[in-house]
Amino acid sequence: MKEVPVKLSTSVVVVVFALLATGVVVGQSAASVPIKVGFIAPLSGPYVQNGRDILNGFLLYLEEIGYRAGGRQIDVVVEDDEAIPAVGLTKARKLVERDKVHLMAGALLASSGYALAPYIDSMHIPMVFPVVSSDDLTQRRRSKWIVRTGWTSSQPNHVFGEYAARTLKLKKVATIGLDYAFGWESVGGFQRTFEAEGGKIAQKIWCPLSVHDFAPYLAQISRDVDAVYALFLGRAALQFMRQYQEYGLKDRVPLIGSGSTTDEHVLPSMGNEALGVITALHYSAALATPSNKSFVAAYRARYNKVPSYYSESMYTGAKWFVSAIEARGGNVEDSAALLDALRKVKLADLPRGPVELDDYGSPVENVYIRKVERVNGELQNTVIETFPKVSQFWKYNPADYLKQPLYSRRYIPPPTE
Amino acid sequence: MAEFRQIGWKASVPTLVIVLLAAVPPFLSSYWVGLLTQIMIFAILAMSLDILLGYTGLPSLGHAGFFGVAAYTVAVLATAYHAGFWTCVASGIIIGTLLSAAFGLLVSHVRDVYFLMITLALGMVLWGLSNRWITVTGGDNGISGIPRVMTGPITFYEVTLLIFIGCTALMMLFISSPFGFTLKGIRESESRMKSLGVNTWLHCYLSYVIAGAFASVAGVLWAYYNAFVGPTYLDLTASSEVFLMVTLGGPGTLVGPALGAGAIVLLKNVISAYTQRWLMILGAIYIMTILGAPQGLWNLRRRSRSRA
Repeated sequence: MKEVPVKLSTSVVVVVFALLATGVVVGQSAASVPIKVGFIAPLSGPYVQNGRDILNGFLLYLEEIGYRAGGRQIDVVVEDDEAIPAVGLTKARKLVERDKVHLMAGALLASSGYALAPYIDSMHIPMVFPVVSSDDLTQRRRSKWIVRTGWTSSQPNHVFGEYAARTLKLKKVATIGLDYAFGWESVGGFQRTFEAEGGKIAQKIWCPLSVHDFAPYLAQISRDVDAVYALFLGRAALQFMRQYQEYGLKDRVPLIGSGSTTDEHVLPSMGNEALGVITALHYSAALATPSNKSFVAAYRARYNKVPSYYSESMYTGAKWFVSAIEARGGNVEDSAALLDALRKVKLADLPRGPVELDDYGSPVENVYIRKVERVNGELQNTVIETFPKVSQFWKYNPADYLKQPLYSRRYIPPPTE
Repeated sequence: MAEFRQIGWKASVPTLVIVLLAAVPPFLSSYWVGLLTQIMIFAILAMSLDILLGYTGLPSLGHAGFFGVAAYTVAVLATAYHAGFWTCVASGIIIGTLLSAAFGLLVSHVRDVYFLMITLALGMVLWGLSNRWITVTGGDNGISGIPRVMTGPITFYEVTLLIFIGCTALMMLFISSPFGFTLKGIRESESRMKSLGVNTWLHCYLSYVIAGAFASVAGVLWAYYNAFVGPTYLDLTASSEVFLMVTLGGPGTLVGPALGAGAIVLLKNVISAYTQRWLMILGAIYIMTILGAPQGLWNLRRRSRSRA
């Protein structure tokens, strides 16, 4: 008779303990399962440098937060898309269906972006696009599950067209650029606002992506223009700058251009031929804000080089989705709610300045007019003017803007403007 | 008796494979179902090239062109013109076949390395077109957003399996017909076939067109599976990959190229998940095949049997 209550009480204790234990275990398991993030960028092939910069920025931020967000561990699965859209699609399938990632980030080329969009939409996995700048991804061919934290190709160029006419007092400009969507959209944006301000695009020259020698193209440039607008990146940018000087054009016709032409991914490899070139972009490593200074210092310490806009893009991209995860308290399993949180993120202390998304899911951010200068022996994009809170639609009404066709190779501005 | 047993064995193995393929999807994740679907589509493409390369002895380096053109036809009709499913399918196959009929006129009179060169050039023309005819093909960006016609990867898998079985049966029938034997005869000695009174030009031409038609079927399937078409699907790399599938598996066997397609799709997708240097592994496998089994893996089996 005496033993029974003891037994009873022990069994009660055991049961309670067991319940507590399972409760603890269950509670732990929800939080201890890591958040899986899939990352896609070209890590081999012709765009490997840009892809590496993107990955570096990504890893730098994750290291800063110790790979933890919302109380959960972050696991990263890195995939190489070789800068081929078809490969990117294959890798995205693998990340979503095999690795079961909760969200994805990455992609460099517009073509990869367009190829991924329908798949991402069908699988309902949010993806952060830190770099892909094709206008239509947030304009005429919007994708629900893609969150763009980078920019649109025409965004800084709308600003730059007006700046070139009003401040630089240019009247006639020739453009020379790479013959693909990024080039057409950038030059189109520039042309629209430049011609609206009374300027004139005298000629447009397009070079194939595989261009090696610029001589035949430089020979076509008319000598009576006020400036040449150049759009290149990577190896082509280096080669173009060198040949532009060798052909004696540098001293006769000032060079302006897209931000990519003098971006920090190529700038350290350039010489005096780049001095004085004026470009527009939403970032410059030479920005004097505290958050950019600490980012540049951390990046230099970690990778021993200056960050490019590609590096900054994915540093910001990572910060973006981490703050969305924090807002969701670490719950990434509900992907619709995660997408909402991603769209609502507003960050003020980014290296590039404050960013928020417009109703179409594209960033509203500062655009910087930069001039290449040599400071302490190193070339840099000194910011000479800041245009705050620039939208992808510039000063136009979004509804009217979207009625216009996308900037194409043979874009002609609407006559009413 | 031995012959009968061999026939029984011959019939039971494909049946077993088909039953297995039909039965596995519910046990696999959608990723693996997708991979198997890809393998079957590329198997159709590789087998169609085998008709040319293995049976007729015509090495084509532009075969992905028909695959790509059929896929582009579906993509353009489905996205820009919102055409119905059957219109897209029929147009894809018809345009791919018509194109091979047109190209066939240009290539059927040449052999060996000249055939290789001309098909390479024609393939590059198609690639250039897909890359530069921007208003229709979207250029570098390709065409995405081809509407899904079947719900769920398993339905699509089953449809692909049926088409795969149908195409394989037709190709088997074709190569074991008198026409198919004539093709083999041309491969062994064209001059003898000519002296037997065979119109070798016509045979090569028809073989080219039929191979193009089957490649178009694969292309149509691919457009619907992938929901995206870009210039990379018909460039030289794509064509040489199909070429590799055939030579790796064993030209002139149909089964071999299908296995080669499986091996390469698996290598591309599975090995690349573990290492970025998967191309080196593929290269090593290819070199080993050339050294150890120059006639391809499936022909190794046949050789050992004939020796026994």
